[in-house]
Amino acid sequence: MQTALSLETIRKDFPILQRKVRENKLLVYLDNASTSQKPIQVIDAINDYYKNQNANIHRAVYALAEEATEAYENTRTKIAKFLNVQKREEIIFVRGTTEAINLVAYSWGRQNVNKGDIIVTTEYEHHSNIVPWQLLTKERGAKLEYIGVDDNGELILDQLDSYLETGKVKLVTFSQMSNVLGTITNTDEIIKRCKKVGVKTLIDGAQSVPHMKVDLSKLECDFFAFSAHKMLGPTGVGVLWVRKEVLETMQPFHGGGDMIREVHKYETTWNDLPYKFEAGTPNIADVIGFSAAIDYLNKIGMDNIRNHEIELTKYALDKMSKVKGITIYGPKDIAKRGGVISFNFHDVHPHDVATIIDKDGVAVRSGHHCAQVLMERLDVAATNRASFYVYNTKQEIDALIGSLNKVAELFKL
Amino acid sequence: MTGDPIYTEMIIEYSKHPSNFGEIENPDISQHDSNPLCGDSIDLQIKINENKVSDIKFKGKGCSICIACTSVLTELVKGKDLDEVKKIEKNDVLGELGLEHLIRTSPVRIKCALLSLKALKYGIYSYFIEKMKDEKSAGNLKEEATNLY
Ligand SMILES: Cc1ncc(COP(=O)(O)O)c(C=O)c1O
Repeated sequence: MQTALSLETIRKDFPILQRKVRENKLLVYLDNASTSQKPIQVIDAINDYYKNQNANIHRAVYALAEEATEAYENTRTKIAKFLNVQKREEIIFVRGTTEAINLVAYSWGRQNVNKGDIIVTTEYEHHSNIVPWQLLTKERGAKLEYIGVDDNGELILDQLDSYLETGKVKLVTFSQMSNVLGTITNTDEIIKRCKKVGVKTLIDGAQSVPHMKVDLSKLECDFFAFSAHKMLGPTGVGVLWVRKEVLETMQPFHGGGDMIREVHKYETTWNDLPYKFEAGTPNIADVIGFSAAIDYLNKIGMDNIRNHEIELTKYALDKMSKVKGITIYGPKDIAKRGGVISFNFHDVHPHDVATIIDKDGVAVRSGHHCAQVLMERLDVAATNRASFYVYNTKQEIDALIGSLNKVAELFKL
Repeated sequence: MTGDPIYTEMIIEYSKHPSNFGEIENPDISQHDSNPLCGDSIDLQIKINENKVSDIKFKGKGCSICIACTSVLTELVKGKDLDEVKKIEKNDVLGELGLEHLIRTSPVRIKCALLSLKALKYGIYSYFIEKMKDEKSAGNLKEEATNLY
């Protein structure tokens, strides 16, 4: 990696990568699209908060509370900078991508989507960018439509045009990178076509923000969601970014403490942005942990991370394609994909593959990856998926290939 | 591979060439079951003649453990008296394939192995209750199925 930190140094920061699993095998963790591992800096930050600063935020005036509030709010500012957002009040802390999308569907959706309207999503979405829209469109008598996926694993954008032509589309919502195929969505093109006809866009950045530079001042979307736990941060924290003009029109999602200005028996006025959307005591410790994760990513540099993953993915695709009986899904062009590789063996169930290679300490995901609509499109019940991150090495990919060859041998492929 | 082997020659063989795979015309018992986690899904069909399993077949999609265990189960059951079939236990199936260790080593994969036994127990229960109106013979089969894993 072309960075201030060598791969060796990076790996030393992740305690879990030193551990042995199964029969004394060094862990080879290749399920990063699901959740990433955490560096010691993140673990220490959470520890330190509980040991030295623990207090509720935004309320009390004593020293601890001030420190905790400052650490929490500094994270918001750091995230704004990380994504090149000018207005920090556009950053709302939530539990994760799932909650972010549900917030938009519940609040903005119920105010703006009516009978006969259309919400457009895609065939390669995670369930969290499908189910909230099913709930909303059913409740409002609206319709949910899908942009299809072609045989190369890319979205068929002509279909978007035909939906937009109806004049009934209220929102187009899509992930910037598929969590199954690794496809990087042609985000600029989709947003351009939507803006031309005044349609709002939501980007699910759960897979993109951890792996490439995202600049929200250049993307002209209206909503953007992602999770900390896939980018070296803790579970239970995520971000919803909403363009201020839109956020100002939205009703609250949850009611409760912290989101209010004045509460009377029958009427309440709302707190300022973004607090209006952060009801109750938030996940303070993990937001502070997230701050350390962003420092860590900044230290390495997002472009270096992307380049490292391109190198690993190229190496892996080349070697995997030579394993007997294997089918690899997604775009062939490395510029169009992230470090996610889904694959299947002819006639071997993905759970068998995962169990066999787990004996060697290699952790890959098997299943539908919360993308059953895509599984249907690919006409498979499930796939295996290997996904890479900053700390993965070519040696680890060699270990994966060795284990995959064992599968082929065992099943006489 | 050392330790407790799963992928033995026998399992691979069964998964490639399952026993009693297919469908029966006018079955007396038809039972579907699936594991939501991994997507294993099977349909068991049984023909009963004079309180005996005169024929049994299955169809389904599943991992090799699921398919091998279902194959073994159908072999165990075929031709047997229902009273005996009712008594079949986990280890009768697992033992045939040397998979008893799954109970201990893999809380996830044990579900693949025992899916068909669960379906069998449910199927026979429903047969006695719905077709034969014989609650006594149905006994505890439903609880046994529910508590299998
Ligand atoms: C593309 C995509 N969207 C949404 C999610 C949901 O994220 P979370 O479970 O953190 O809410 C995931 C992660 O599983 C994902 O990969």
